[in-house]
Amino acid sequence: MFDFCIDPQNLDGFYWWSCYLTTGKHISFYTSFFVVFALLIVTVPLILLFGFLGAIARQSRIYPIRIFGITYTSVVRGVPDIIFFLFVPIALDQGIEYLRHKFKCSEWVEPIRQGNDFVVCQIAKMPMGSSDQWIHDTYGFFLAALAFSIVFGAFAANTINGAINAVPPAQIETGVAYGMTRKQIFIRIQLPQMWAYALPGLSNLWMILIKATPLLFLLGVQDIVYWARELGGTKTARFTYPHSDWRLGYFIVLLVFYLFLSWVSEIFFNKLTLKVSKGQATLNGTVGGTIDYISVSDDEVRNS
Amino acid sequence: MSCLQTLTDYGLRSIGQGVRGLPKSDITLCDQFVLIGSGMIWNVYFAIIALFFGFFAATAIAFAKNSPQAILRVPSSIFIFILRGSPLFIQFFIVYETFVLFPKIGIDLNLIFMEITVETRWLTRAWLGALIVLFLNTTAYSAQIFYGAIQSVPLGDIEAAQALGLTNKQINKRIIWPTMLRLAWASYTNEAIFLFHATALVFFSSFPAWQQKGDALYYASYFADKTFNPFVPYPIIAMYFIIFTIIIILIFNSINKKLNKHL
Repeated sequence: MFDFCIDPQNLDGFYWWSCYLTTGKHISFYTSFFVVFALLIVTVPLILLFGFLGAIARQSRIYPIRIFGITYTSVVRGVPDIIFFLFVPIALDQGIEYLRHKFKCSEWVEPIRQGNDFVVCQIAKMPMGSSDQWIHDTYGFFLAALAFSIVFGAFAANTINGAINAVPPAQIETGVAYGMTRKQIFIRIQLPQMWAYALPGLSNLWMILIKATPLLFLLGVQDIVYWARELGGTKTARFTYPHSDWRLGYFIVLLVFYLFLSWVSEIFFNKLTLKVSKGQATLNGTVGGTIDYISVSDDEVRNS
Repeated sequence: MSCLQTLTDYGLRSIGQGVRGLPKSDITLCDQFVLIGSGMIWNVYFAIIALFFGFFAATAIAFAKNSPQAILRVPSSIFIFILRGSPLFIQFFIVYETFVLFPKIGIDLNLIFMEITVETRWLTRAWLGALIVLFLNTTAYSAQIFYGAIQSVPLGDIEAAQALGLTNKQINKRIIWPTMLRLAWASYTNEAIFLFHATALVFFSSFPAWQQKGDALYYASYFADKTFNPFVPYPIIAMYFIIFTIIIILIFNSINKKLNKHL
């Protein structure tokens, strides 16, 4: 990086550190922090989408759809998220390849599952074996993001479902009195009103989502945990910057990063709660005080 | 090989009883059910011990956070903030790396009249090291739940107790603590479920499985790797977790009934 970094063996103190912390691998470490944000940006809209679909399914008057909604939300809540994170990407991957195989290689007669192998024809591979590494990485990242969205979508569906039900019945009755249809009542009355009730649950979900991001590492994504382990491991004298096992130091950096993220989010959501509940007939809206939304709520969720 | 034979061979494999090697080829459905079920022993062990000790520690820390004295309030608030604000996954890493740095043989503690050696090598093993992390984690989450509940205890109850001449200690023990439990119980049930789910991370994150003695997820991912078929082991482990989650809910609901008996 700097001119004086050509010969790190002779450096010490400040100069050594300024060279050490600007190596190519460290730059990769810094950019991998954006992977965390990328995951959050990709998953949040999907989580809200799955949450809405799940909540609407649970409210549906059609029996099979309602059963589907209830099963989706309760099964995901009853099983550790890590199991879904491991299962969903590989299941989707095999499912997609299976479908492509059926369409593109219909003349293929051998079974796909041969003993312990999963065999599909070359052109059914997803992504193509000939594609660049970054395509493989991006594909893996999006499968992981989808797994996150499915899991957290179930929690969001539960929160949104509760929030829709929490809208005071008198308001819906007013809608009926004005001759609105069910759809109109939902879009014009329930949907805009439910945010104030959904916000504590959703903000709690956001905190959990933040804390679930390091699990990306277990899915093979080169995220901050990957680089922290890589850079922190013992470097012998053969390396340009030899050092002992510094993994603890790197993990403490990650800890501070996550604490900071949680702290900033908490402040943001406290402000937002006040704003959304303005004019609402809740403790927040009338008294103007804040309720510690994390402390006691019926839907207290947490995880890794 | 019959399924009964598999059960005697692998039923207690996760705690080191039975056949040494794991099934490598011709993995049957029975193998998967038995070994993953055997791994659940660890998940249940971690959950029960961590929740039991965590409950008492959380009560103490919740009252400490509620205390008017800064010397109690500040450290407990910091403890709760750090453990709730960071991922459990990172906590496992940090604690494991710290324990690995400890000397292998043990630390000699020189007391005045005798010298004792504190065993440190057990700390890098999951049964103790991971248990400590899970205990601290659930303590922090539960303490925050309990603290929120203490804050919601109706003021009238406390005033009534004061009017009857109860001391502060008596009020804490007889009025605030039982009411706190009643108010917090729904959230605390959720916490118990999620702690139980978090035990699946133990062998998957930092703590190495010794002699292939692992928890349910350790065996499930072993089978998924060996058979390259995720559609069998993961639904099996999901089924086990759902069953145990229902058991937790039943136990906690029955305690809840006891807590609210007079109401």
